Amino acid sequence: MSRKIKEESRARVPISQRAEWFDVRPVPQDDGPNPVVPIAYTDEFTETMDYFRAVYLADERSPRALQLTQEAISFNSGNYTVWQFRRVILEALNVDLHEELEFVTGITRGSSKNYQIWHHRRWIAEKLGTDVAGRELVFTKEIFSQDAKNYHAWSHRQWVLQCLGGWEDELAYCDELLEDDIFNNSAWNQRYFVITRSPLLGGLEATKDSEVAYAVKAILAKPENESSWRYLRGLYNNNLSSLSEDPRVASVCADVLKSGSDYVHALNMVLDLLCRCYEPSDELKNSIDAISPDSCSSDSSLAQKVCHILQIVDPMRANYWEWRKSSVPV
Amino acid sequence: MVATKTQEEQWMVQDQVFRIYNLVCNLPPHAQSVNFEIRRDNHVEYLTKSLKQLGPSFAVLDAKYSLSSSHSSSFYVLAQGRPWLCYWIIHSIAVMGDCIDDKLENDVVEFLNRCQDPNGGYGGGPGQMPHLATTYAAVNTLITVGGDISLSSINRKTMYEFFLRMKDRSGGFRMHDGGEIDVRACYTAISVASVLNILDHRLIENVGDYISSCQTYEGGIAGEPGSEAHGGYTFCGLAAMVLINDVHRLDLPSLINWLVFRQGVECGFQGRTNKLVDGCYSFWQGGTAAIIQRLHMIVNEQLGVSYILEHGSSANSDNCSTDSDCPVGDQVSEVGTSSPVNDICRPEQEGAGISNASHPIELNNTGDNFIRGNVCMKPLFNSMALQQYILLCSQEEAGFRDKPGKHRDHYHTCYVLSGLSICHYNGILQTPPLPRDILGPYSNLLEPVHPLFNIVLDKYHEAREFFARSQ
Repeated sequence: MSRKIKEESRARVPISQRAEWFDVRPVPQDDGPNPVVPIAYTDEFTETMDYFRAVYLADERSPRALQLTQEAISFNSGNYTVWQFRRVILEALNVDLHEELEFVTGITRGSSKNYQIWHHRRWIAEKLGTDVAGRELVFTKEIFSQDAKNYHAWSHRQWVLQCLGGWEDELAYCDELLEDDIFNNSAWNQRYFVITRSPLLGGLEATKDSEVAYAVKAILAKPENESSWRYLRGLYNNNLSSLSEDPRVASVCADVLKSGSDYVHALNMVLDLLCRCYEPSDELKNSIDAISPDSCSSDSSLAQKVCHILQIVDPMRANYWEWRKSSVPV
Repeated sequence: MVATKTQEEQWMVQDQVFRIYNLVCNLPPHAQSVNFEIRRDNHVEYLTKSLKQLGPSFAVLDAKYSLSSSHSSSFYVLAQGRPWLCYWIIHSIAVMGDCIDDKLENDVVEFLNRCQDPNGGYGGGPGQMPHLATTYAAVNTLITVGGDISLSSINRKTMYEFFLRMKDRSGGFRMHDGGEIDVRACYTAISVASVLNILDHRLIENVGDYISSCQTYEGGIAGEPGSEAHGGYTFCGLAAMVLINDVHRLDLPSLINWLVFRQGVECGFQGRTNKLVDGCYSFWQGGTAAIIQRLHMIVNEQLGVSYILEHGSSANSDNCSTDSDCPVGDQVSEVGTSSPVNDICRPEQEGAGISNASHPIELNNTGDNFIRGNVCMKPLFNSMALQQYILLCSQEEAGFRDKPGKHRDHYHTCYVLSGLSICHYNGILQTPPLPRDILGPYSNLLEPVHPLFNIVLDKYHEAREFFARSQ
């Protein structure tokens, strides 16, 4: 909530005592005689909503109605009916939407996780156009400094980039976030978004080589980090054939297996390679053999061996590895 | 090396969870077994009370909901709206095999009717604009209450018109007039239309395109194209794709791989990669797994066909109908029948299905045929581990929570219990589960739910018959 609204609510005069509302008859909520999940609204909340209902039903697109929606939103920023009617009024009155952006920014700082405020923001930004692209990127950045995985804010940022532009520094921003927290999967997702969709980078084909190197480096630094593994796989569009054709993939798997660190994700990747008739190098074969338990029968295929190891070292997913074992192509 | 924020938060939660497991582990046998019991009476009491009167902490319910900061990691489907509270509460009670008294049931029907818009759909409260998510909540509630009065209170004609109005050119749906388009909106519209027997080709047009475009490189499904794979949206996307017979367009092997990795060392599910565990994903992810267990034919085909193609041999297009180790429900036998179950199994027929716009009835059978088929795939996730997280970490004296340190709420109570029911039945709904499937005493056993709709199965059947009768 912005300071301005806070002050207003502290010195609040009941609407019924405000001269400009004398002509309006408030409309109470029609809850019926036996409402369920009845909510003990505060008097202020009830009164505001009663007046809101009156202007909404009368379709009154006036400055006072606009002011009223602001009060209603300060009580409940998740009421989509109020927001939608506010947009109708904003259009009718031709209000300066820069101010509206200020208003919604204030609300968002207080509660950054409801669909309505972000939808409203997108609506405003769409109307204001490319001029606000930079501003929106700064704003979402501010949100991420508090919560780097805010789903709504990421959606908004992606929408801004796609519709209003501002791609120039986006890859650098992803670098920054990942530098800060290499486990931040939202930042990895954004990175994927940038390299596949930025008009400045030439798409996945152009970026693939350097991105594979980036992912491999991140994997070697933290082999237990699922995000970087998934990213690496994503660079091949989940096309397992092209994945198995790039020697760097098998090589990073072998490196992790040899290093003795957490190798569940490495084996998960190896399994996919083997299911695509990938002919493993002796190095990879040896490193798998080195971690195979004695219980593993010698006549089972390498892919089955990998499943077997995974069943033991990753018991949470034992069912899954069992199923994978049974679906290894012969 | 300094831990990152993700690691710090993860380790803190992990510690708390392991402390609880250790504590219970070291209790004497009797005290231990008490911890594994569902505190049914307490839960029912907590829920029933809320239905009659929300406590003083709800004085700012709407504001609290909109903040929803205490639910930061949850898929808080659509926070505000009293029909949601009705659904969370009444569905939770039904999953526990209990019900509310007749008077209260009448009040619920009466109240929801006041939320029904004259032009179709339900709003978050009386006089509010109709909204797809609250419509889903209201309809699922009325089906769970059951009975002719409740079911006939739904105006299907205006509902259909409302859905058409919400349909966007992209194929997706808008949540409300002027509202946002995302995968939730698709699911809630398709789910309601299907259960009410009003789904047709006009409504499903291009929905499959939209949802497919939301599957990410990770394998899960996002809310919008480009966003991050997420448990809630993955459930919504997958369930909707099944209901419109388009599920073969998703990359299911990747989806499965992403899904199984969402169950972490805490034993519960997280919603996204490298995020914290949260009880509500017991349903969003567990339910997704339960759905996939019934899609083994398509999964096998996806695993096999690309394999065969790569090796130059021709794909066996009759793969499914001749796959004798897996009968899919007794009514499907003949090759060439137009049963939707067959469509589920034979993706290559999908094109024909779409072009044939005069068979809305078949489309509406999908949800029913789906659960009549046999399940040939074993559970994909660790059901015992999830049950342990639910009973020891999510369960409070009354109600369920996200994780230790958080407070109970109706949303979590609903989705944790729904997830627990999914665990009990392991995807197999026809025969009663064995004691070894249930963690804790057998009396913990919950009612089965239809995984596509999250409605208690008996209630679903009753509604389905009712809506098939009254065309």
